[in-house]
Amino acid sequence: MDIYFILGKLILIVIIFAISLLTAMYSTYGERKIAGFFQDRLGPDRAGPWGILQPLADGGKLFFKEEILPVNANMALFIAGPSLSMLTACMSTAIIPWGTYLDIFGTKFVLQVADVNIGLLYIFGVVSLGVYGVMIGGWASNNKYSLLGAVRAASQNISYELAMGLSVIALIMLNGSLSLAEISRNQGESLFGLSGLNWNIFYQPLGFLIFIVCAFAECNRTPFDLPECETELVGGYHTEYSSMKLGFYLFAEYINMFVSSAFMAVLYFGGYNYPGINFVEANLGHNAAVIIGLAALFAKILFFIFFFMWVRWTVPRFRYDQLMKLGWQILIPLAIFNILLTGVGIMLFDN
Amino acid sequence: MQSLSNRSKQVSQKEMTFMESIYLPAIIGGLMITIRHFFAKKITIRYPEIKKLFSKNWRGVHVLKKDEQGRERCTACGLCALSCPAEAITMEAAERKKGEENLYREEKYAARYEINMLRCIFCGLCEEACPKEAIFLTNEELAPSRMDRGELIFGKDKLVEKQHDPDNKKRGGGPLEERLFHSKENSSYKSTFEGISNS
Ligand code: SF4
Ligand code: SF4
Repeated sequence: MDIYFILGKLILIVIIFAISLLTAMYSTYGERKIAGFFQDRLGPDRAGPWGILQPLADGGKLFFKEEILPVNANMALFIAGPSLSMLTACMSTAIIPWGTYLDIFGTKFVLQVADVNIGLLYIFGVVSLGVYGVMIGGWASNNKYSLLGAVRAASQNISYELAMGLSVIALIMLNGSLSLAEISRNQGESLFGLSGLNWNIFYQPLGFLIFIVCAFAECNRTPFDLPECETELVGGYHTEYSSMKLGFYLFAEYINMFVSSAFMAVLYFGGYNYPGINFVEANLGHNAAVIIGLAALFAKILFFIFFFMWVRWTVPRFRYDQLMKLGWQILIPLAIFNILLTGVGIMLFDN
Repeated sequence: MQSLSNRSKQVSQKEMTFMESIYLPAIIGGLMITIRHFFAKKITIRYPEIKKLFSKNWRGVHVLKKDEQGRERCTACGLCALSCPAEAITMEAAERKKGEENLYREEKYAARYEINMLRCIFCGLCEEACPKEAIFLTNEELAPSRMDRGELIFGKDKLVEKQHDPDNKKRGGGPLEERLFHSKENSSYKSTFEGISNS
């Protein structure tokens, strides 16, 4: 391990960290702007041109708000809650492959912080840690609404994690690997005579459907935003939170949205691959192809973030029993059926 | 009961068919509806730059009119103050001196004339009561908002009409349209407004 390797990784970590924070920041702006557009309004447009400084104003406001610590709250846990949420949200970006490698003066610069060979397991490990942030925060608040919100969040996340895991198993069977770099590479092969279009979505449409529904539930987004359902639970698990601690919870939610969009793009929509990648590589060189791939990956991620918001302003919230029924009685059997189907498919076509 | 809007629907408790119970067609249909709104024309009026056109008889901030020769019409008879249900108007009368004939039309005039905008309910009764057609409620300005109560007691400096325009009964001058749409973004708003008023 030479010094350049470590330095390169450090730079990459800082860049990815900055990008995911920036994306999350602008998701809050995007959310408000897009909500406005869906409701025939213009959305925020006063802070800076088209309102692009709005996230700064929002963040500044949150920092200067009074920090209220409830008297009977468990202080250590009350502070640990949002920190844990934020931490786990940021951790999962580490294994996203942003591209193969850049060739800088003969040195290979791999565009992935860590190519863990159990990448998918790592995601599930980190994502299921995220629920502790919510759970601890809700419990430490010493408020029944917070506690109810936290219990809802925990049971919802656990229920949907199962279906999500099962839907991904079919994907692993297809790719024969848990490593995200490997899965991305497999999707770079050609399909219909176009290179870089061998995307998993063409083999796993049902799996993707299950995955995206579960991703909505894991991110606590509408139609599954029951943990913070205002009509029943005041503010849900963050009822007692104020100032930047509240900001952390909300921010973690947006980072989660960014991360799950990234995983949807990487797992099912080809990651950094795009149609005609070989043609670009042959004509414009390796680095250009990688950079266009990075842009393609970002376009896919932004589309999914948009899709999250689009669904938010379309589908009303589920009732809690409907949510549980959907998770346990529909998605899990469907995911198992999908595994079966994939197995049969592999048997028939691979021989 | 007969429906008034012709849009009432009978509630049906039928079992959902298979296609309905998987929700997806309905969700996709819903997504298509919302995306249409995403690209639809926005009805937001960007307020300080573009002001909404008030109706002709909108009752806004008052103006004290001058006559054709630029003389103040008010004779401080006090009828407006008397008729005011909110008791918002106070005034002090004074006698016109020699050489002031070009300033005041009547022999008695209002030396001090104040309307408390915090009390006023913009009912327009002062306008109706005035025998000299001196006070009017304009259809251009809303009651302003200020940080200080004192600033909301409008004296003659704020109330008396600035320019003299015999054709225009209201404050200011020039055709109404021109004064309303003074922003460069006015065209889009104008068509939106016409769309609303036509429908
Ligand atoms: S508009 Fe009505 S309330 Fe206002 S000053 Fe005139 S009479 Fe009084
Ligand atoms: S505004 Fe009219 S009603 Fe009021 S004091 Fe003057 S002349 Fe009389």
